[in-house]
Amino acid sequence: MSRRPGFLVYGLLSAFVVGSAFPLYWSFVIGSVTKERAIHSPPPLYPGGHFLDNARRVLDQIDFWSALANSVVISGVSAASVVFFSTLAGYSFAKLRFPGSNVAMGFVVATMAVPTQLAFVPLLKQFSNLGLTGTRTAVVLPFLVTAFGVFFMRQYLIDAIPDELIEAARMDGCSQIRTFWTVAVPAARPAMAILALFTFMQTWTEFMWPLLILQGSDVQTLQTALDQLKIAPAGGISDVALLQAGTLLATIPLLVLFIATGRQLVAGIMQGAVKG
Amino acid sequence: MTTVHAPGPPETRTAAGTTPPRLTWRQKLSRWDTRFSPVLYVVPFFVVFGLVGVYPMVYSAYLSFFSWPRFGPTHGPGVGFANYAHVLADPVFHKAFWNTVGIFLLSSVPQVVIATVIAAMLDTPLRGRTWWRMSVLLPFVVAPAATALIFGSLFADQSGLVNEVLRAIGLPGISWHSDRLASWTAIASMVNYRWTGYNTLIILAALQAIPRQLYEAAAIDGARPLQQFFHVTLPSIRPTMLFVIITSTIGGMQIFTEPRLFDTNLQFQGGADYQYQTLTMYVFNASNSGTDPYPRAAAATWIIVVVIVGIAALNYLLTRRLQGRGER
Repeated sequence: MSRRPGFLVYGLLSAFVVGSAFPLYWSFVIGSVTKERAIHSPPPLYPGGHFLDNARRVLDQIDFWSALANSVVISGVSAASVVFFSTLAGYSFAKLRFPGSNVAMGFVVATMAVPTQLAFVPLLKQFSNLGLTGTRTAVVLPFLVTAFGVFFMRQYLIDAIPDELIEAARMDGCSQIRTFWTVAVPAARPAMAILALFTFMQTWTEFMWPLLILQGSDVQTLQTALDQLKIAPAGGISDVALLQAGTLLATIPLLVLFIATGRQLVAGIMQGAVKG
Repeated sequence: MTTVHAPGPPETRTAAGTTPPRLTWRQKLSRWDTRFSPVLYVVPFFVVFGLVGVYPMVYSAYLSFFSWPRFGPTHGPGVGFANYAHVLADPVFHKAFWNTVGIFLLSSVPQVVIATVIAAMLDTPLRGRTWWRMSVLLPFVVAPAATALIFGSLFADQSGLVNEVLRAIGLPGISWHSDRLASWTAIASMVNYRWTGYNTLIILAALQAIPRQLYEAAAIDGARPLQQFFHVTLPSIRPTMLFVIITSTIGGMQIFTEPRLFDTNLQFQGGADYQYQTLTMYVFNASNSGTDPYPRAAAATWIIVVVIVGIAALNYLLTRRLQGRGER
């Protein structure tokens, strides 16, 4: 496939990209016109000048900043925790091995096919017994580890660290944990960054579990705050301009993250695909 | 690797000189370190995973065989398979099942086809390839909740852009919320929006892993580009296709956020006639209902798991079968 792509390829790709960006543009158009204009026919096609007004009304309706802080904390803790547990376990599965390690790894891979939501109903019951309902802790607990994380780190570390390097460190008298710290962690760093990024985004966009466990509480994440905005008496259904302004506000943090780390995200998805 | 025994650091060796036959404390420690550390490193993961992942699954299987007194703190007497029987006989569950399958098919089939075409176009020597790849991934950072609210506005029954456009070109507007197939299409388009670009990159990675000699050989044999695509490209990326299809099955069977936020009434039953209630919405609503909330939700979840595993196995067998035919 050495031929240079022609006009048709660029045209089709551009159409696809325009289609990808359009919903965000639409959200901004509706979020920046008045409540009345938003439902008036013909629909607005260009942004109006009321985005800040609408945004201010969003902040009156929902506790946006605390939801944002909650999302940052919950996703951050989840990312750090997944990276920590996965690197440690992935290293052991990839490089150390122990009796039964293949069986244990097989078990981890098998659970990847089981939907995570299966655990939600019993967890809800358990957490309400423990009095955890409506807390940030309850939201983050199920996302502290993922089977995918262990699988991902193992796949990466198998090739990333030559066995000789570990043996050399051990010959020099390094304890296992020092070998892990001085040999494995530096080699694992690129994969750790990608896993952290993915986990952060995944936990950030999580909707069902926070909705279940935070029902009727003051604590909200950005995603469940959008649900509240939608069902608020003055909000969503009767005021789409407000709803779209809120949607866009809630999307901005990940857009910023995407602009900063998009390259790594692309590389991570493509690497994971070849290895997985 | 575990057979590599590290000699103790120099100072322990001089210490060993004073008490010759016995292993020093440090040497013992080093030996334990070598033997037990590998296990110790996976233990933290399995402890947490066991508590928040495995234990709840097992507990939910257990719960599904009991009754649950109204507002009771704990489960009532065992009822055998009654919860499963109840769920399987529930007409709403049947509707939710077909809704989920419909939405899944409307989302996964176009998604895989479009992703493959876009990936093939990205696999050419493009100018600004990093930019194109990033642009394709843009929708992935729009959370499902945000996607659902934006598309809910595009597909609004009265003033939605899609209906306005339809009317402008002289077609009747579509009742996106009340018509069953239309609501499936609207919800599937949200899933497609978010995941097509992601799957494009996965397929693109597979395309780039195909040895270029295969194409050269095919070209020498006189294969035209389209023939090359069907006889070289597609067979080579079949494992990746299987991966994409299975992951989209797992995701598709769990679809919740999009239909829930698409709902314009506050009963959250997926439309007045349950026309777009999905299986996961069914589970969510069951866990909030008055009668046997947890056991019924648990039974429903396990039924979903069996369906997912079944579909994944079917996919696998089908692909194996096709592959076998391709090799003959």
